[in-house]
Amino acid sequence: MNIHEYQAKNLLEQFGVPIPRGYAATNTEEIQSAISDIGEAMTVVKAQIHAGGRGKGTFTDGYKGGVKVVKNSEEAHKAAKQMLNNTLVTAQTGPKGRKVQTLYFTEACDIEHEYYLAVVLDRESAQSVIIASTEGGVDIEAVADDTPEKLIRMPISPTMGLRSHHCRSVAFALGFEGQQVKQFSRILTGLYKMYWEKNAMLVEINPLVKTKQGKLLALDAKASFDGNALFKHPDINNLRDLNEEDPKEIEASNNDLAYIALDGDIACMVNGAGLAMATMDIIQSFGGSPANFLDVGGGANEDQVTAAFKIILSDPNVRGILVNIFGGIMQCDVIARGIVAAAKNVDINVPLVVRLEGTNVEAGKKILRESDVALTPAESLSEAAEIIVQKVKSTV
Amino acid sequence: MSILINKNTRLVVQGITGKTGTFHTQQCVEYGTNVVAGVTPGKGGQLWDNTIPVCNTLKEAVKEHGANASVIYVPPAFAADSILEAIDAEIPLVICITEGVPVRDMAEVRNRLQTNKTKTRLIGPNCPGIITPGECKIGIMPGYIHKPGRVGVISRSGTLTYEAVWQLTQSGHGQSTCIGIGGDPINGTSQLDAVRMLNEDPDTDAIIMIGEIGGSAEEEACAYIKEQVKKPVAGFIAGASAPKGRTMGHAGAIISSSGAGTAEAKFSAMEEAGVSIARNPSEIAEALLRIYKG
Repeated sequence: MNIHEYQAKNLLEQFGVPIPRGYAATNTEEIQSAISDIGEAMTVVKAQIHAGGRGKGTFTDGYKGGVKVVKNSEEAHKAAKQMLNNTLVTAQTGPKGRKVQTLYFTEACDIEHEYYLAVVLDRESAQSVIIASTEGGVDIEAVADDTPEKLIRMPISPTMGLRSHHCRSVAFALGFEGQQVKQFSRILTGLYKMYWEKNAMLVEINPLVKTKQGKLLALDAKASFDGNALFKHPDINNLRDLNEEDPKEIEASNNDLAYIALDGDIACMVNGAGLAMATMDIIQSFGGSPANFLDVGGGANEDQVTAAFKIILSDPNVRGILVNIFGGIMQCDVIARGIVAAAKNVDINVPLVVRLEGTNVEAGKKILRESDVALTPAESLSEAAEIIVQKVKSTV
Repeated sequence: MSILINKNTRLVVQGITGKTGTFHTQQCVEYGTNVVAGVTPGKGGQLWDNTIPVCNTLKEAVKEHGANASVIYVPPAFAADSILEAIDAEIPLVICITEGVPVRDMAEVRNRLQTNKTKTRLIGPNCPGIITPGECKIGIMPGYIHKPGRVGVISRSGTLTYEAVWQLTQSGHGQSTCIGIGGDPINGTSQLDAVRMLNEDPDTDAIIMIGEIGGSAEEEACAYIKEQVKKPVAGFIAGASAPKGRTMGHAGAIISSSGAGTAEAKFSAMEEAGVSIARNPSEIAEALLRIYKG
């Protein structure tokens, strides 16, 4: 689960990482109070969306930049007016962009140098890794590609945890001296503590700045958390911003379905994540384009199948549906009854191809044959994909 | 004719009295698996289904009932603890079916497995389990789609494995052992570990490896295949049509926002290693039979 910059920075502050003074706002009143709290200082106005590249982004009405440095409160109001409820397109949002519904106002500071500092869980080694660089404020992937020697990587054992010597080593490698080594160690300790205690997958400060006054500050931050561990952290779960999610995906998660909206026109409903991906792949290999990923799981019931059809059909791009079930624990007759029940509740107005295999397959096929649901049965996965792709093409 | 499990396997079920544990234990017993005990803390001394003794601890199940393999059906919040209990009891094989284990828990478990030279091999979590057809089934896969034979199958997915196994069985080719290593980013047994075991198994003649987007487990296995494996290997990767930066159902199935872990990279690694590739999931058995006559 991802959170906004302002939420990540507030969390970091709770763990002792210094951040510039800042206020988040979602409406005119809050904007008014945020700007007056900051006062007549140089201010940064930042659009809050779950995507990077905001500074270089462009709003759909042509206004440039989702991060603006302004000189006074009047300019701050102007920038805020332009950004709030406007749609920002960045390198990471895709062409549709994201609607900006929260703004963050922070005090500007005099930057002497920008660093990069993050901690991330490395799946291959099963260790936490501190990543740091003297080249901050830019895309760290570019630093990794162009100047890998400028990337410091320090693995941390999950059982031993972060120790003082780790902090010192990274501080010296970044070129800090004297008092700043201590400042940096406190920041890294807080960062790691937040990452570990809150079950984060990544916490990133980019940039971590050294001001002209010699102070270290987290100027921008990003955090993402393990969805499987949210049950331990209601405080983190509360930071979820539904505005950042596709309404179809929210509806799916309310029904315990794993659904991801895609750009194509052939919807699929499958049991099992691997088979669901493979079903999308085979649609593509026959020249079609999948509209979604949908795993109904191992024990879906009639209600879930009905909900799944409703979600799929709420996507206006969908012009055909492929149901692919390999019954293991899930029995084919149960899914067949689910399809028949769903067809009574939902108007399935596009071609529907169903492929059933596995446990109780004959009973399942019989239920579908004897129902009055308009569908085309298929024997194999490739036959099913071929038929649905053809049917959708012929409706163009 | 198998790896890890066979007719001599003596299974203990952690979480035997729960709904999932009960259902799948029944299925495994019906298949012929020798379930010698169950563990549910606080229910020690009871009999599950009037037949199988329930213990309070795993150590007891090992000591009193000679269990040499364990399967875990406990809820995600407690799964890592159950795995660690099994490691402490020095049981040689643990299979964790549970989906949704926090990844930090698994990082700790993996470190325990690696650093203390433990005697335990972990399969999973978030996996369908492992089956040696005709001898022993541990997990949630439907037994009847399998058939005893000489093809080893490894996969990160459940139903996609059934798909491949069914294709093999229908074409008349049985399986030595099928291992679901699970869909999580940190697991106990990697593609490489599983390929190595099947390669060293005298009763396995050919291997099918089914991977997914995310991580580099398939690339590591392919490097080994290229150097060490003379047996025919076929492979498929799910997720060629998946977008970047989204977790596709399995916690580990994600192409990073920097573009690492794509299906294309994994298919290339397979090609490089001389693996016969199925580009289409309905042709997985076919891809193997192009290079293996059985």
